[in-house]
Amino acid sequence: MTTDTHSSELPRRRARAWQAALKHPGLLFGGLVLAGMLAMGLLSPLIAPFDPYAQDITKRLIDPVWHPGGGWLHPLGTDHLGRDYLSRMIYGVRISLIIGFTTMLISGLIGSSLGLAAGYFGGRVDRAVMFLVTTRLSMPVILIALSAVALIKGSLTVVIAILGLLLWDRFAVVVRAATQQMRSQDYVTAAECLGCSKAYIIAGEILPNVMPQIIVVATLEMAHAILLEAALSFLGLGVQPPTPSWGLMVAEGRGEMLFSPWITAIPGLALLLLVLAINLVGDGLRDVTAQEQRH
Amino acid sequence: MLVFIVRRLLLAVLVLVTVSAISFTLLQVAGDLAQSIAGDSATVADVEAARRAHGLDRPFIVRYVDWLGSALRGDLGLSFFSREPVVKLIVDGLPITATLGFWAIVVALAIAVPLGILAALRPNSWIDRLALTLAVIGQAMPSFWLALQMIILFGLMLRWLPISGSGTWQHLVMPVMVLALNAVPGIMRLTRAGMIEVLASDYIRTARAKGLGRWTIVRRHAVRNAIIPVISLAAVQLGFLLGGSIIVEAVFALHGVGHLAWISISRSDFPVVQGIVLMFSLIYVFLTLAADLLNAAIDPRIRLT
Repeated sequence: MTTDTHSSELPRRRARAWQAALKHPGLLFGGLVLAGMLAMGLLSPLIAPFDPYAQDITKRLIDPVWHPGGGWLHPLGTDHLGRDYLSRMIYGVRISLIIGFTTMLISGLIGSSLGLAAGYFGGRVDRAVMFLVTTRLSMPVILIALSAVALIKGSLTVVIAILGLLLWDRFAVVVRAATQQMRSQDYVTAAECLGCSKAYIIAGEILPNVMPQIIVVATLEMAHAILLEAALSFLGLGVQPPTPSWGLMVAEGRGEMLFSPWITAIPGLALLLLVLAINLVGDGLRDVTAQEQRH
Repeated sequence: MLVFIVRRLLLAVLVLVTVSAISFTLLQVAGDLAQSIAGDSATVADVEAARRAHGLDRPFIVRYVDWLGSALRGDLGLSFFSREPVVKLIVDGLPITATLGFWAIVVALAIAVPLGILAALRPNSWIDRLALTLAVIGQAMPSFWLALQMIILFGLMLRWLPISGSGTWQHLVMPVMVLALNAVPGIMRLTRAGMIEVLASDYIRTARAKGLGRWTIVRRHAVRNAIIPVISLAAVQLGFLLGGSIIVEAVFALHGVGHLAWISISRSDFPVVQGIVLMFSLIYVFLTLAADLLNAAIDPRIRLT
């Protein structure tokens, strides 16, 4: 109904997509890293050796295992409050993943709806949506997010809500363009002739076909949201202590930068790896779906 | 062309009015300003006094129209904190932020455009792979973290560069590099994609058939056409760099507009925050307008839409 192929061909198409994915080194690497991070987030309480919030002032700033002063009890050492750094890193991935995923859902819903409406109805609706996009783009995200978080007082929910309300522009632009292409396709005309309602055509016919593009944008925006949360928390106006947010942990390590540079280095590397993995998955999916469409 | 310019100008003004209304509303609705000014330990009487002193007891619309009217006359009010005019604070910080943004975009273009062209000339070669890897990693790099790692390496360990403040050009090296790296991946990808598309076009084949040298074709025909979208992206990126400069200026303690934004937000200095939002939007709208007009001048097809 939604694809132009027969249903018997679907399993073959799936198999082909999997093969393409396995042959794509970026997608494979990104997917594996992302799966690892997801597992770490889901199983945090099981794999973290210590309570990430438990302070022990007698154990402040223990060196990581690769330093002469370190040991396997605290493989990544401890921070300035004597908290086990490995446990904080493991719990930290939850914050990044929750922020990235939820923000992406909110902004994706807003942006895709606007894009579908603009692309399908055109005319005045289109102009109104594009005006909203232009307006949104001319407001600097970091500045607006910082001000809003500072006013409402930072917390996980507030950061998610604000980023979700700010990051929908790319969804709208991409979905609008894709919908404009779909609009003139034969199956849409056919549905119109059959007397299907506009709501059904948009949700049942066009949406499933622009889904690949939405998913690609979703990965990019998820990565974007994770980096923004880290930056907000780093500046002290995002997730608040003692929550183990990676961006906040970089900021907390600033005082120890000269003698314990690993305290700032590790959470940043983790962020880099996570965002890299998500972007690679996004780029890979784009390549694979582009190949699919050529078949 | 005139119709196009007028329409584009009207749109720009409309966008600015909307942004000003949104930012004003956001800062007014999100919390009790009087409470923020008076501080957490203030009594009810203190809060009411602050409300009257800053005119916050007047209706919302009145305050917005008042603020917008003053803003049009170049008066953005006084800072809650230092009692100085907001315009003066912004103008004081602008040279640093502008210098930072200018050099960052110059460095970004100097890295990204040649790399994108080289990558496009030999797709799937080692240089193409290197360029794409660099773009993917650059995109994933948290800029505040990169800034700190550079401080540790070049400032604390090697002692090559000063780690904070401004004054000499050495102070700007690390901030410019960090900001530039933000803009490199986007510009590089667009240059590469544009070049690949142009190189496959008919007029390049004609040029080849005429027997023109490889570099003459690249220089005189391909780059000129591929660079058009890059110009507008660079303008947009320059606008985004203003946002990025908040982080960079905060890390390197450069007292530009970004730093001003950060400390003003931290101490609830709302007139300054509103002023900076308005100014950043103004710059962004101006840059995109300039890029659009430039593109319309180069490519007549754009004027018709």
